[in-house]
Amino acid sequence: MLLAFTQLGFSSILALVILGIILGMVAYSIYFERKIAGWVQDRYGPNRVGLPTLVGDLLPEKYGKFHFWGLGQPIADGLKFFLKEDIIPSHVDKPLFLIAPCVSLIVALIGFVVIPWGGQVAIFGQVFNVQVANPDIGLLYILGVGSMGVYGVVLGGWASNNKYSVYGAVRATAQMLSYEIPMGVAIMCVVLTCGQVRLEEIMASQVAGWNVWNLFYHPVAFIILWITMFAETNRTPFDLAECEQELVGGFHTEYSAMKFAMFFLAEYAHMITGCAFLAVLFCGGWDPIPFVRIPLFRPEDTGIIAMLAKMAVLFGKVAFFMFMYMWVRWTVPRFRFDQLMRVAWKGLIPASLGVLAVAIAGLYLGLHRTLWFTLPGNVAVVLVSLWVMSRAKDPVSGREANLPPLTRSPELGVQA
Amino acid sequence: MIRDEDIVRVEAPRISAADRLYLTQIAQGMKVTLNHLFFKPRMTVQYPEQKREMNTQNYRGVHRLNRDPDGRVACVACFMCQTACPAHCIHIVADESPWEDREKYPQLFDIDELRCIYCGMCEEACPVDAIELTYEYDVVGRSRDEMIFDKEKLLEVYDSTKDVKPRKNPKITGYQRTGDRGKYDQLRDRLREMTQQSNPISAPHQTVDGERAPAPENKENA
Ligand code: SF4
Ligand code: SF4
Repeated sequence: MLLAFTQLGFSSILALVILGIILGMVAYSIYFERKIAGWVQDRYGPNRVGLPTLVGDLLPEKYGKFHFWGLGQPIADGLKFFLKEDIIPSHVDKPLFLIAPCVSLIVALIGFVVIPWGGQVAIFGQVFNVQVANPDIGLLYILGVGSMGVYGVVLGGWASNNKYSVYGAVRATAQMLSYEIPMGVAIMCVVLTCGQVRLEEIMASQVAGWNVWNLFYHPVAFIILWITMFAETNRTPFDLAECEQELVGGFHTEYSAMKFAMFFLAEYAHMITGCAFLAVLFCGGWDPIPFVRIPLFRPEDTGIIAMLAKMAVLFGKVAFFMFMYMWVRWTVPRFRFDQLMRVAWKGLIPASLGVLAVAIAGLYLGLHRTLWFTLPGNVAVVLVSLWVMSRAKDPVSGREANLPPLTRSPELGVQA
Repeated sequence: MIRDEDIVRVEAPRISAADRLYLTQIAQGMKVTLNHLFFKPRMTVQYPEQKREMNTQNYRGVHRLNRDPDGRVACVACFMCQTACPAHCIHIVADESPWEDREKYPQLFDIDELRCIYCGMCEEACPVDAIELTYEYDVVGRSRDEMIFDKEKLLEVYDSTKDVKPRKNPKITGYQRTGDRGKYDQLRDRLREMTQQSNPISAPHQTVDGERAPAPENKENA
């Protein structure tokens, strides 16, 4: 009883609750992923497995069979994964093969602990942080843990002893290395703007004063971070590690049943943590509307209801970003590998360095928290990159460079 | 060999600077998918509840054995369908007909619906249009044996589908025993006369120099 009244006790309870929420969200993200895939392609998506199937069947005949929009699908999927035969091929490196999915899942599931889910809460006069852990280096922790995600992929690909899997793993590594750089630089802009690496302090600085979210100081940095999030989580258009057309299944080719499901869950858990991270860094975390103070959502509101409302807002933002993940996935085709590298090294890294320069200049001049300095700075970065783009040669790819020069045939009226 | 001057090389249009950032193009694509996400009609046919419209008259589904107007099985056990079937899935046991107007009738008539490829050859081969394919496609069985349809089952299929798809030639009936100069023989004689007279194009046995080749012996008449 006493234990529950320390921050440790509160954190433990919160960890369990949030873990439950995240696992539930993972299950239903998979459901919505399939739904959205269906809708984009003018289909219905899964709509057969009714949640309490019995209720659907007990309804009077005249209503027809009601399937509850297929909401039972995640349960059926989970059951399927548990009941399938779990094959360990004879040619794999067994210990690593078994460790890889665990590493993936564990790493994806410990990321959320430093996210400030709902400011502070006072229970019987005791004030707690609504945050499982509160290290000084919250931001670095989440960066480090996020990057560890690639270990599962690499281990799995290597242990599978299969060329395609190794290709997938190697691609994932190269991609991760390239996209960590613009990601880190974009985050640096936030750190410079807020002068903090503790996530809850970054949050606090966004809800102080005029409630200006970091998004408005550095929109370009926000977009860059968002793009690199797609790459970090191996999502389309950057899912080269598992692209089916070239690599069968990439790093998880040899995995089946629950071990495959663990990779799958890890991907979605990673996405959810990433979305929460993005929301906290740039979009004001649990603050519903920028530039306005709403009762219930001030830092000094520490009631339980305020905490729940704040958590709801943050999870709403997470849901929005998850939807964006899926929407993009079913819109944008996958990049080719050289395009992927070009986007990172010739696009995102210079642009992010530009934004960083703006942020540093702002800090030097003491204008790092003034919109009229940082916003034009960001616009200038965009304009400069447009100017460079318009002067750049068309990217040459594949055999184009080796073609002979164009022959001109005036008699055919061909303008070569 | 393609001559150099015949080669027209098309250059890709130059992409504007904004489009090279990808973001504008991606935004356009997202607009299209958003439209499909929420505002386009769904194309899926929700199968067991909804069914696609189909032509019931020429669909090649489960077989049926037709009945003649007296309600007897119309098949005369001639084995044409069994011979024509490329999948060898028809098995007939013929027996002497209990009725006056025909010689044989099928005592057993089994079709293995799992082996059938629904090609319709049996329907084409049947001289009395006794076997036909119906519009039924959703047959299920709990075992392989259940999917071997016997004569009774095939007649049942006829009873359940005849309202939607009536027998093609209900007139073919009143078969005669060979030797009787019934309607059937008269018809055959008239056909033969017609082909041998007048129309030289359809006369099958004419040679180039106008001489008439000897007509092949007709086994039925012998
Ligand atoms: S439909 Fe074709 S395969 Fe089927 S029974 Fe008739 S002839 Fe044989
Ligand atoms: S071809 Fe027609 S008449 Fe002959 S055996 Fe088959 S179904 Fe019967």
